[in-house]
Amino acid sequence: MQRIGVFVCWCGSNIAGTVDVHAVAEALKLEPGVVFSTDYQYMCSQAGQNIIKEAIAEHKLTGIVVCSCSPRMHEATFRKTAAAAGLNPYMVEIANIREQCSWVHKDMPIGTEKAIILGKAAIAKVNLNAPLTPGESPVTKRALVIGGGIAGIQTALDIADAGFPVDIVEKKPTIGGKMAQLDKTFPTLDCAACILTPKMVDVAQHDKIRIFSYSEVTEVKGFVGNFDVKIKKHARYVKEDVCTGCGDCVSKCPMKKVPNEFNLGMDNRHAIYIPFAQAVPKVATIDPNACNMIKNGKCGLCAKVCTAGAIDYTQKDEFIEEKYGAIVVATGYNHISMDKFDEFAYNQSKDVITSLEFERLTNAAGPTAGKLLRPSDGVHPHTIVFVQCVGSRCDACAEKGKEYCSKICCMYTAKHAMLTRDKYPDTDVYVFYIDVRTPGKNFDEFYRRAVEEYGVHYIKGMVGKVVPEGNKLKVQASDLLSNKQLHIDADLVVLAAAIEPDKSARPLATMLTASMDTNDFFTEAHPKLRPVESPTAGVFLSGACQGPKDIPETVSQAGAAASKVIGLLAKDKLTGNPCIAHSDEMMCNGCSSCERVCPYGAITYVDKEFRMPDRTTAIRRVASVNPAVCQGCGACTVACPSGAMDLKGFATSQIIAEVDAICK
Amino acid sequence: MQMNEHKPLIVAFCCNWCSYAGADLAGNNRLNYPAEVKIIRVPCSCRVNPMFILRAFQRGADGVIICGCHPGDCHYTSGNYYTRRRMAMLFSMLDYLGIEKERTRVEWVSAAEGAKFAATMNDFVATVTALGENKRLEDLRCKK
Repeated sequence: MQRIGVFVCWCGSNIAGTVDVHAVAEALKLEPGVVFSTDYQYMCSQAGQNIIKEAIAEHKLTGIVVCSCSPRMHEATFRKTAAAAGLNPYMVEIANIREQCSWVHKDMPIGTEKAIILGKAAIAKVNLNAPLTPGESPVTKRALVIGGGIAGIQTALDIADAGFPVDIVEKKPTIGGKMAQLDKTFPTLDCAACILTPKMVDVAQHDKIRIFSYSEVTEVKGFVGNFDVKIKKHARYVKEDVCTGCGDCVSKCPMKKVPNEFNLGMDNRHAIYIPFAQAVPKVATIDPNACNMIKNGKCGLCAKVCTAGAIDYTQKDEFIEEKYGAIVVATGYNHISMDKFDEFAYNQSKDVITSLEFERLTNAAGPTAGKLLRPSDGVHPHTIVFVQCVGSRCDACAEKGKEYCSKICCMYTAKHAMLTRDKYPDTDVYVFYIDVRTPGKNFDEFYRRAVEEYGVHYIKGMVGKVVPEGNKLKVQASDLLSNKQLHIDADLVVLAAAIEPDKSARPLATMLTASMDTNDFFTEAHPKLRPVESPTAGVFLSGACQGPKDIPETVSQAGAAASKVIGLLAKDKLTGNPCIAHSDEMMCNGCSSCERVCPYGAITYVDKEFRMPDRTTAIRRVASVNPAVCQGCGACTVACPSGAMDLKGFATSQIIAEVDAICK
Repeated sequence: MQMNEHKPLIVAFCCNWCSYAGADLAGNNRLNYPAEVKIIRVPCSCRVNPMFILRAFQRGADGVIICGCHPGDCHYTSGNYYTRRRMAMLFSMLDYLGIEKERTRVEWVSAAEGAKFAATMNDFVATVTALGENKRLEDLRCKK
């Protein structure tokens, strides 16, 4: 029989408000095996933990039950407390009487009754607990960063500076991401390229960083400290190590009418191209869908002009397999498609553009060399209407847009409006908004400057319709503050489109078994206390893949993710999860049912010699679980027809004891 | 609800990675659901042995619900697929034995779906309450 101590936490008034904690402690004292029971204001505090430690010593406890918040919150805390008092940390069970009791029920007698039952279930379980010792596994001291935008770049640089090798996988031909496409950055109006490109060069020159550009992750196996990753390097038909990036091939290429992705299709590029002047790696890439040589075998001009001999039309996709200790997801964001927003005439008029397109229009390296000209006729626009929240904060039209706030649009629209008025004071600029949200250092000051110093017309209200008429765009909108309908003849309409996670994030999450929210943003392990870790051990989150973020936030999160990775890679060995499957060899009949359902291939069969009751020996085939590979899901325990397979920490007998306690 | 109405006993098995976290989120957001729901944490929904469900009914449970990650999102890649198949079999057998299909349920609740968790539990408790007490598999020897 165990000697169990029960510790009921008040959690201030969080639990004590709806649960009579004294009554719970008193009721649980009567349970079999319980030799000590008490309650305290904050069990997780130093004083609370000392109560537990002292009780373990004084009452020679062999198991403890803490009735408190969710085990996802403080199980680790109380396990450490137990270990410090000399008790096996796996002799601790938590009864979740906060998140799953006091916070969801309002009535004191009902809450108390349920808390007692949850406590009884935990006691019934701990009665059957056995001390567990986690195994150890080595750590591969190399990190993988998926995505080469500012988030991935910053994370990779920080990890590499700490001395660990890092690989960046970027699906585009160059790193840089969205930030490379921006013109200026709020609120200080630094030029994006001026602050980003030196970092890109740092990445390229860092001896600890390898860049796999034009590549994708296709397979992830393994677990924290020991991931096996397969990376597909798309054929770029140019030898990366030979190409000097001189650009001779680009200027000679006759296929000149390929929409330029980097400028969002607002101008054209060649079939062989370097995305932009500061691309890293600065290597040409052939677009196989546009190149005549690859499609029909006719042309070959680029190979003729390349003095380095870098062109290779026969190049094939290449697969790279590498081991990593940690994986950082930095897949970033995209604008949502404007197809469903017909009212803004985005698909009807070239002069209705998204903010990112506006960004390219004002960028000195953009399609108009930085001059603000209408895409349709190249004339300078005199009236510009900015529409905010296009697809953001869409409650009623959830299938059209997103319910969340995209966070960055208020600030970049203020920036666009301000810069337009600064460069072209003859331009009338209108901004239609639902709310202007400017929480951030120097953000509100920035917005107020746009209104007060630069005379941008901010109008609270939404644009209902944009109708192209002649060379004008008729904008119909409402001004909610003066309750008037407005009609504006605009030359250019700029839509602050909502942002969403990159499309590659969903399949990647499946590969990594990392969880996502309903909008396909990656979920963090704890929204406040573990914001850069995924619930899946060894997977970390950096940048907008976790939620809409501006650059300062992205960079700080990238650094935080890097420090978590460094903390992991600095360890030589990781202690594993001891709650894994094990087989009772006497009961196993070697049927292979468990092997077939194991998602990790952790189960193998061995021939073992057994002494039979009649004193003869027999060789039987029995299941054997590899403790380093088993992740403890328990699929095998249910598949096993003879009941030989069981899961430590979640044993069949323990769960049945819990069921019994609840159903008593 | 009337005072003398039968309060059902509901056992909910929640996987550690999605649904248990979803239940925690429901708590964080103070989304109420009836106290009749008692949650048992399992690493994965595929850890739920049909035996546990039979045991619950044997001991007088009125409804059993199993919550796991959405198909394709299982922390262990494929565990919830096993759950889906096993429970389809088990529930149809239980239905044959007289435990109505409405008393058993498999639901996918992600860690971000606190609202779905509370709504599911409210709905399930209402359904089971409407069915009344379950006596089919109850082993009266257990009730001394």
